[in-house]
Amino acid sequence: MRYLPLSDADRSEMLQAVGAATIDDLFRDVPPELLLREPIAELPPHASELCVERQLTALARQNLAAGEVPFFLGCGAYKHHIPASVDHIIQRGEFLTAYTPYQPEIAQGTLQVLFEFQTQVARLLGCEVANASMYDGSTACWEAIVMARRITRRAKAILSSGLHPHYVSVANTMAKFTGDVLETSLPELNSVTDGESLIAAIDGETSAVVVQYPDILGRITDLGPIAEAAHANGALLIAVVTEPVALGLIRSPGEMGADIVVGEGQSIGVGLQFGGPYVGLFATREKYVRQMPGRLAGETVDAEGKRGFVLTLSTREQHIRREKATSNICTNSGLCALAFSVHMSLLGEKGLRKLAQLNHARACEAADRLSAVPGVRLVNESFFNEFTIELPVEARPVVRHLADKGILGGVSLGRLYPGADALQNGLVVAVTETVTDEDIGALEAGLKELCQ
Amino acid sequence: MTVNPSGWRPSTPVNDAGEAQTVTGNKALMLEEPLLFEIGTTEQTGVDFGEFKANSGRLGGLERNRDIGLAGLSEPEAVRHYTRLSRQNYAIDLGLFPLGSCTMKHNPRLNEKVARLPGFADTHPLQPIDTVQGGLELIDLVGNWLTTLTGMPAVAMSPKAGAHGELCGLLCIRAALEARGDKREVVLVPESAHGTNPATAAFAGYRVENIPANEAGRVDLEALKTRLGPDVAAVMITNPNTCGLFEPDMKAISDAVHAAGGFVYCDGANFNAIVGKVRPGDLGVDAMHINLHKTFSTPHGGGGPGAGPVVLSAALAPFAPLPFVEKQGDRFVLVEEETAEEHHAQSFGRMVAFHGQMGMFTRAASYMLSHGADGLKQVAEDAVLNANYILRALDGVLDAPFGESGPCMHEALFSDRGFAEDLSTIDLAKALIDEGFHPMTMYFPLVVHGAMLVEPTETESKASLDQFIAAFRSIAERAKTGDESLKAAPVYAPRRRLDETLAARKPVLVYKDPEPARAAE
Repeated sequence: MRYLPLSDADRSEMLQAVGAATIDDLFRDVPPELLLREPIAELPPHASELCVERQLTALARQNLAAGEVPFFLGCGAYKHHIPASVDHIIQRGEFLTAYTPYQPEIAQGTLQVLFEFQTQVARLLGCEVANASMYDGSTACWEAIVMARRITRRAKAILSSGLHPHYVSVANTMAKFTGDVLETSLPELNSVTDGESLIAAIDGETSAVVVQYPDILGRITDLGPIAEAAHANGALLIAVVTEPVALGLIRSPGEMGADIVVGEGQSIGVGLQFGGPYVGLFATREKYVRQMPGRLAGETVDAEGKRGFVLTLSTREQHIRREKATSNICTNSGLCALAFSVHMSLLGEKGLRKLAQLNHARACEAADRLSAVPGVRLVNESFFNEFTIELPVEARPVVRHLADKGILGGVSLGRLYPGADALQNGLVVAVTETVTDEDIGALEAGLKELCQ
Repeated sequence: MTVNPSGWRPSTPVNDAGEAQTVTGNKALMLEEPLLFEIGTTEQTGVDFGEFKANSGRLGGLERNRDIGLAGLSEPEAVRHYTRLSRQNYAIDLGLFPLGSCTMKHNPRLNEKVARLPGFADTHPLQPIDTVQGGLELIDLVGNWLTTLTGMPAVAMSPKAGAHGELCGLLCIRAALEARGDKREVVLVPESAHGTNPATAAFAGYRVENIPANEAGRVDLEALKTRLGPDVAAVMITNPNTCGLFEPDMKAISDAVHAAGGFVYCDGANFNAIVGKVRPGDLGVDAMHINLHKTFSTPHGGGGPGAGPVVLSAALAPFAPLPFVEKQGDRFVLVEEETAEEHHAQSFGRMVAFHGQMGMFTRAASYMLSHGADGLKQVAEDAVLNANYILRALDGVLDAPFGESGPCMHEALFSDRGFAEDLSTIDLAKALIDEGFHPMTMYFPLVVHGAMLVEPTETESKASLDQFIAAFRSIAERAKTGDESLKAAPVYAPRRRLDETLAARKPVLVYKDPEPARAAE
C-alpha cells in the first residue's frame, strides 16, 4: 500500500522487538469477540491512484461547476477569481502539513501569517483586534452572541430580519439549549431595512443587536444609529459581513460603532467548495479581547531579543480552562485564513478597492437590465454586488428552469425561507467580477421567457 | 520591549557570543522575513483588472471615506514573502511529527488533486439539487464508509471540526433526553480528557464533573458506577484514551451508563488506532465524532480546517442536525428545514450554514478509497506497532507510567520522572527541535507528571523511527544527568525560545504602523 512504508520484514522484526508474536497481541485489551480479524467485507479493497482518481472524477462530472455557466449565486458564498499564486502557496507542504503552532520556534511561518491575517481582518472590519479565525461566518455569529452575553450579563439578543437565515437557524438551535432569548423576524421585499424597528426593540434587557451588512437581500444600512441606540441601553452591536469584498467600497462596521464584527471570509481566497471549508472572521474592541473565542497570535521576543510570534492569551481557551473556556473551539480554519491573507496581500488596498468597484459596476448594470424585464421589480435601492428582484411568478421553479437552460440564475428566497409566502417571488442575484456581459444577457433572456 | 521593527538584523560582524553575523541577519537558506506591513504598501497590488467604468451611485450613501490600511504586494513579492515564511515552519512533509493525539500522518497529494476538481471545488452550496448530484453522492459515500467502519447506523456530516462534532453529539443527547421529558444536568468527563470535552459540555449547557482514572490509566469503572444516576446525561470517554490505552471495560461502561438512563459519547480523536479493528458501535457507543484531519489524512493546514462528522446510534439518529443527504430512489436529496418536517421532525436543528466541510470530504474519500478496507486495517496495525516500537525502545531510559500494564495503542506515554531537578519535559522537547524533529505533545494528559505523548503514526518508516529513538534516548539521558545546555535549546531553529509571558502580559495582536508613517497620511 503506497502510503505505508513498513515492509513485512520490518513488521516481523518490530513485533519481535516489542515481544509480540502477532499484531493482535498488541490489541489484547480489545475484547477478543469484538476484534475484527478480517477486513470489513462491506467495503472495497485498496485501489490504485489511477482508479481512485477515475472514480472521483466521474462523481465530480455529475455536478454543474460554477465556472462552466452564467453564474449568479451568492447569499453567503460568492464566486470570485482567485489568483493562481494563492493555491500554489497554500499547497506548500510547510503550510499544508503543519499543525496548530504549539512549538513557536518552528512555526514562525504560520504564526506570522496569523498575525498578519489578524491585522488585515481587524483593519478591514474596522476593529482594534481580530482572532486567528473561526470555522465560518455562521458559527462566528453565534460565538459573538455568546460573547455579548458574557460581557453584558444579559441573554436577550435581537436578530435583524436581514440576517442570513442559516445564521439565524444556527443561533436558534443553540439558544434552545443555552436558554438565550432571540428575537427574530422575516425580511420584507422592500428597499427599507429593519433599522428603525430594531432600534425600537432595544431595551434594558438586550445583550446585543445582530445586523448583517450588506444584508441577505443585498441592502446596505447605516449601522451608526443602531449602534447608538444599543449603546444607550447598555447593549452591544454585532455586525455580520458575509461579503467582505464590499468593505473595499463601503464603510466598515467598526467605524460605525459595531462592538463585535464577525464575517464569512470565503470571498477572499477561498473557493465555493460546495459550502466548506470556509473561514470565520471575528474582530472586536481591545477591551473585550479576553472575552473573545478562538486562537490569537501575538508578538513577542525570543531569548536573543529577536521579534517572534506565539499563540497567546490561551487562558481563555479549552485546553487550559476546560469547562470555563470562552468557547470549545480548538482546530479553526488555519489554511483558509492563509488563503484569505495571501489573496488580500495580492490585492492590497488598491486592488481591493478596484475589485469592489468592478463588482459594484457589474451589479449596477445587471440590476438595470434585469429590472427592465417586464414584470420584474428591483427591490433594493442600495446594494453592493448582490440585489433582490421580485418576479411576477414564484422564483424557485424559475431557478430550476434556468438551471435546465444552463444558467445558475441566483438564489430563490423560497429555498432560503420555505413556507414564507410573501417571499416566494424573490430572487437574490449576485454579480461579481466573474460575470460577463453575455452572462447577464443570458439571465435576462431566460427571465424574459420564464416570467411571461 | 526590544523589538526590531524592521525585521532586519543589525549589521554587526560578530555578536556578543563571538558568533559570526551577516549584514542581513540571514543565514544562507535561513532567511529573515519582515512583516507584510513593513514591505507592502497600499498602492502596490498583485492583481490586474481590465478597464471598466466605475459606478458608485447605489451604496446607500455609505461610501468608504477613509483608508483601510491594507498592504499590497506584487505577485513576485507575495510569492517570495510566503515562501520564505513557509520555510520557518516544521511540517509532516519535512519529518517525524509525533504530536500525541493529533495523528500527524502523511497527507496524500491525490487528496489535494481530487478536492480541486471543478465539480467539487467550484460548486455553490445553494445550487439546485439536480446540479449537484455528484457532490451529494460523495457526501453519502463518505458517510457510508464512516458508519460501516464504526458499526453505527447513522452519521451527521455537517460539524466543522472535532470540537464541533462533540457539540453535535451532546446536542443529540440533550434533544433525545428532552424528547422523553428527562431533564439531566451533568456530563461526566475523565480527568485525562481533551480540554474540548468539558468545554463542549459547558457550551451545551451541562455541568461537568470529573471521573477518576485507576492505576492502570483507565476509567475507574467502579467509581463511575457509583456516580451514575438520574442526573447524569452522558459520559464522555476517549477510546483509545489519551494515555494511549484501550479502555477494556468500554462495553461494561456503556452498559452501566445505559442502565442509568444516560448516553455514551466517545471522543473519536484516537480512532486511527482501531480503524478496521474494532467497531465503536459494538462497544455500546451512542455518538462519536471522527476527525477527518486525523484518521482520514486531510491536512491540518497549520490549525485547520478540520471536519468532525458524528456517527450516531439508533437511539440518537432521529435527533441528528440538519441538513443531511438522503438517497431517495436513484436520486440524492438534501434534507433541510423545509423537508425535515415530514419525516425528521425531531432533529435538533441546524448547527452550521450550508452542509459541512465538502473540501475535506473529497480528501477523505480519496484516502478511504485508496486504502480500502484492508488498507485501513493495516493503518491501525502499523500505527499501533510503530507506537509500541517506540514505547519499548525508550521505556528503559524513560519512565513509562503505564508501560507495565501492557502494550499501548497508537501513542506511547512517558513522564519526566528521573529527570534532573531543574530540567523538565519542555527542555527535552526543545532539544528534539534541534535534532530535526517536531516534539511530542507535552504536559498532556494532565494525569501524568511532565507528560510526553508520542504518536508516530503509520506513515513513518522503521529507519525514521530508529533515528528518532536514538535522538530521544540521547536527550533523555542528558535530562537525567542534568545537562544544563538543554535549557538553551533550541539553538538551530529560526527562533530561540520565545517569551510567552511577555506576549500574554502585554498583548500585541495586530501590527501598528510606526508613528511617523501615520502622521504622513
